[in-house]
Amino acid sequence: MDKITERLAEIVGKDYVSTSAEERFIYSRDQGVQQPHMPDYVVLPDNARQVQEIIHLANNDSIPVVPMGGGLVLSGLTIPLAGGIVLDMKRMNRILEVNESSHYAVVEAGTSQGMLDAYLKKHHPRLKHSLPDAPPAATIAGNIAIHGSGHLSQSEGGFHSEMVTGLEVVLGSGEMVKLGSCSTVPGWFSRAPLPDLAGLFLGWNGTTGVITKVGIKLFPRPRFHDVLIYMTEDIDIAPDILFRIIETEVAEDINYALSPKPDYLNGFQMIVINLVANTEIELNMKKKIIRDALYDYYKTKESGFMPLPPAMKGDFLEAPQKALSKFADVKKGGGFEYVGAIMPVEKIPDACREGVRITDRYGITYSLGARIIGRGHSAMFFFAYPFNRADTQDIEKVSHALEDTNAAALKLGGIPWKTEVSGQKLILEQMEPQTSSLMMKIKSLLDPNGIMNPGNWEVK
Amino acid sequence: MDSEYTDIIHRCFRCGWCKLPTTYQDFNCPAYLKYRFESFASGGRMWLIRAWINGEIEASERFNQILFSCVTCRNCVEACALPKIKDKLVDIFIAARQDLVDQGNIPPAVRDYLKAMTVNGNPYKMPQEQRGAWAEGLNIDRYEDQEYLFYAGDVGSYDELGMKMARSTARLLKSAGLSFGILAEEETSDGNDVRAAGEKGLADYLAQTNIETFNNKGVKKIITLSPHGYNAFRNEYPALGGQFEVYHYTQVLNSFLGDKIHTGRYEKKVAYHDPCYLGRWNQEYFAPRRILGSIPGLKLAEMDRNMNNALCCGGGGGNFFTDILGTGPDLSSRARVREALSTGAEVIAVACPQCYKMLDDAVKDEGVQDRIRVSDIAGIILESGMK
Amino acid sequence: MHELKFDPEICKSCTSCDCIMKCQYIDLESDQAKSEHAKLVAGEDSSILHDCVTCYACEEYCPFGNHPFYLIVERQEQRGVHPAPKPLEESQVIMMGPKGRIKPKELSPPVMNMCFFTVMNGGIRGSLFEGVSKFGGSDVFCNLMFLHFARNSTIRQRLPLMIENIMKNFLEPAGAKELICYHDECYGTYTSWAPAFGIDVPFKPVHLFDFIYNRLVELKENIKPLGIKVAYQRPCSNRLCPQTDHFVDDIFSLIGAERPKREFEYENALCCGGVPEAQQRFELTEEIQHKNVEDMKASGAAYCVFNCPFCFWTLSEPVLKAGLIPIMMSDLCLMALGE
Repeated sequence: MDKITERLAEIVGKDYVSTSAEERFIYSRDQGVQQPHMPDYVVLPDNARQVQEIIHLANNDSIPVVPMGGGLVLSGLTIPLAGGIVLDMKRMNRILEVNESSHYAVVEAGTSQGMLDAYLKKHHPRLKHSLPDAPPAATIAGNIAIHGSGHLSQSEGGFHSEMVTGLEVVLGSGEMVKLGSCSTVPGWFSRAPLPDLAGLFLGWNGTTGVITKVGIKLFPRPRFHDVLIYMTEDIDIAPDILFRIIETEVAEDINYALSPKPDYLNGFQMIVINLVANTEIELNMKKKIIRDALYDYYKTKESGFMPLPPAMKGDFLEAPQKALSKFADVKKGGGFEYVGAIMPVEKIPDACREGVRITDRYGITYSLGARIIGRGHSAMFFFAYPFNRADTQDIEKVSHALEDTNAAALKLGGIPWKTEVSGQKLILEQMEPQTSSLMMKIKSLLDPNGIMNPGNWEVK
Repeated sequence: MDSEYTDIIHRCFRCGWCKLPTTYQDFNCPAYLKYRFESFASGGRMWLIRAWINGEIEASERFNQILFSCVTCRNCVEACALPKIKDKLVDIFIAARQDLVDQGNIPPAVRDYLKAMTVNGNPYKMPQEQRGAWAEGLNIDRYEDQEYLFYAGDVGSYDELGMKMARSTARLLKSAGLSFGILAEEETSDGNDVRAAGEKGLADYLAQTNIETFNNKGVKKIITLSPHGYNAFRNEYPALGGQFEVYHYTQVLNSFLGDKIHTGRYEKKVAYHDPCYLGRWNQEYFAPRRILGSIPGLKLAEMDRNMNNALCCGGGGGNFFTDILGTGPDLSSRARVREALSTGAEVIAVACPQCYKMLDDAVKDEGVQDRIRVSDIAGIILESGMK
Repeated sequence: MHELKFDPEICKSCTSCDCIMKCQYIDLESDQAKSEHAKLVAGEDSSILHDCVTCYACEEYCPFGNHPFYLIVERQEQRGVHPAPKPLEESQVIMMGPKGRIKPKELSPPVMNMCFFTVMNGGIRGSLFEGVSKFGGSDVFCNLMFLHFARNSTIRQRLPLMIENIMKNFLEPAGAKELICYHDECYGTYTSWAPAFGIDVPFKPVHLFDFIYNRLVELKENIKPLGIKVAYQRPCSNRLCPQTDHFVDDIFSLIGAERPKREFEYENALCCGGVPEAQQRFELTEEIQHKNVEDMKASGAAYCVFNCPFCFWTLSEPVLKAGLIPIMMSDLCLMALGE
């Protein structure tokens, strides 16, 4: 055992440090198409104090540190590009507090989405949090650190990073800080009215510090739930249809999707509208409001609502949805990649066309779509491309498509989300120089030795 | 490895559904719960086996630990998001172990277990003559031409708690007037866990020996004490020529309730723990619950993770004998005891001798003997005082 | 080719116009009904083309068997009237189309065609269906559902291939002359639509309820009378074969189920609501379902039994909410057999 390993073992216990080929192999890659890179150590801390000690050690010995939650980003953000330590946070999964009246939960950073959901269902059945489309093993902290979004992002105020009510963070320099109301008073209820320092860790892909605790907003969990699906062949009417649905203010979640598979849906766009209510009367009223909002469209019979017998609604009412993980098996190959791009809503038709063009270029298949964020303030557009993990050519095609898509998303006026290093470079190149310069100044302040997830958000 | 497996192994997306139950409460994969490295989850295992097949990694000691720490509980099979591969996950892990066994590259504990099974015919290295010792004093006939064979299995024959459970069950079968007999020293290990440990050749040999004995004696119907034997007889033996009507003892007792067995009162809150080889492997979730539910005074509590989402005791797949998972608070058996305690139960009811021992040890390790104890279903019926 | 056998002279001389007057969804006075219907016959635009919920009932109402409903569908298609949104219609055409993926299967009589409902294969079990061989899927699918989408043309185009597929791949190899139709939409196709359009059917279709009835007679000794009140949701397709409707009562008497008197049954049966919903007539859908289910409830029925799986999927939830148990006829019979 080398000295570093020994010291890491002293901090977290020897069972929770590995330098074995097996762990180094698994932690060197994610499920996407980015090139693997081996860590030297995989470390599983149990608490924030241990995280702090590890960061101190890493600073002393100039060892890179890559924090990891569920490890499900697909864009390589937890691949240790410069080796060093991968800090798998999932042992830190305690749910510390739920405040029903003030609608927030405080959880350790490794708490999974599924675990919080199950905990709330059991102990606070009137409350829920916004679940991303990621599998339930994804973590709360990992998701907010990349500006994730989810099934309440349309109705409840936007990206999950906007639902953060407070953070505890170990900076790249090793200090442990609390951000938000919890820095001053006991409650974790808000980031205001203090300067909003939480933003220094949201969207930074772990390059400024390690999030160890998160305060996250909770929302009512109404008893009734239903779904409507609107079907059209005309891409260009999508923004107006979406506008009309948003305008009703009664849709919990609004998703737009276009996929060539199965055959009978090829060329048809589906707008999936999820509704919740506290009573059946309210639910029926909401359905009527949405339908009435689209009357001008469906009366022409050019588009309309799909009849959905209850038995067929199951998948659409599920959160998180298994169907999205199943997309990985479309090419019978256990993989898909996607560019998520945060876009203006009006760009959805153009983004769809661009996605189809790119996939035509590489002869690959796709699933395109968008979730409306924050009552129409933007859309989280996704260009998803399944691939066969056993077929290197397929992987290469998808890698190229991914690069083209990042460029196309920027050109369309959107911003690639939690994008891989090549996409980050494209963004930084296009960014106002003063902005990127400020980013670098902040980063060097928080992570003076450049140990935090090196390779990410760097201008070279 | 069979191409049936190598053709699909790359299809695992490692999306992590396999770590959790379908209800998400907590990690439900005993190996992952214990080790917490991605490599020990079913997805990690799939990717490592593929890397091994492709020559990207070698079968090191760690690799063996990763493979043999799988307790074959099939939580991953329940939870996996990919319908085209999910049913094969545990089969793939067992096939990979088989390759390692064939190469002689296995952890020492597994080697010792398999050696004992080969040399002694049981994992306890006990004499074969003592197989029937559990039945001493009960006045149970040897199997001749009775309607049923009662099969005690390795744990029921040699483990202290297993023997207790076998005795309770046999007493109930007897008091119900059932026509049954036992094989005692003529009984051979069912081979279920040997197969799960990857030693197919030995498992087949044990199965064939049993099948021959059963057929020679004209056995048609078997009642097993252990869900592991139940699984082997029901799902493995037919392909080897052994066609028997197989029942787990809870299924038989359930059919006797209110008719041939009348229980007394049992004024306790009881949490039932589903054994993987009865539940997820054979979809029998209700017979044990019906028994417990019918006992006057007994309050049946459900743990958060139950039926197809039950957390395994950690003893499956040979780990009961090899103990690869070792010790510590993150052992699934200990987590299960804590879960049972959180329901307010005073008793954990088990239907498997392996679960019995695993959870009984865990109650001691947790230091909660004063708050909760483990009892098997037959034992609970007897304790209730038969009418 | 395969023109509808419709005689305009019959309509001209018809005085009752039952096809419209008995309709539960189109509310016209006698004179209006006749004039709108005349427009229909003449190939002109008529309110009927737009208001029809495509419940098939007028096929039963017409005392002359002059196929009023098939005529409506013909005229809708000719005039480009789309009862349901076009993308929905187009997607259904692709989804339900033949895929050329027939898997050879060893069958022996009695042979059953599951139609598109192979998902219901599990329901074909127990002593009730012992020895029944079954097949199904999009390559042997009657396609009659396209009556709801103004697409006689799709049925015309596909049906001969389906019949050929059924004969060549299933009935001939099995040496079967009869085909049990799981769905009475198939039975209606072979006994009503196909003859109306001059398509030959080279086998004898057997209605599922006919088969079940005869099987129950054989198993009579095993039946434990249910002693429950059961409402029946008659599907649209049964309007094409009203001669089979008596089997419901026959089966009920065998299994000891009581069919309480209802307003909306037999000729007055109401649609399950699935099709009006597809037609984007949401208020009508709610109204029909409400009337139907309230009527079941008022009759004192404890169960609602279904023939058509689509009706079952559509109406199960409202039925359950009303406190009745939805069940397929085959399962109800298995219940009586104690299985």
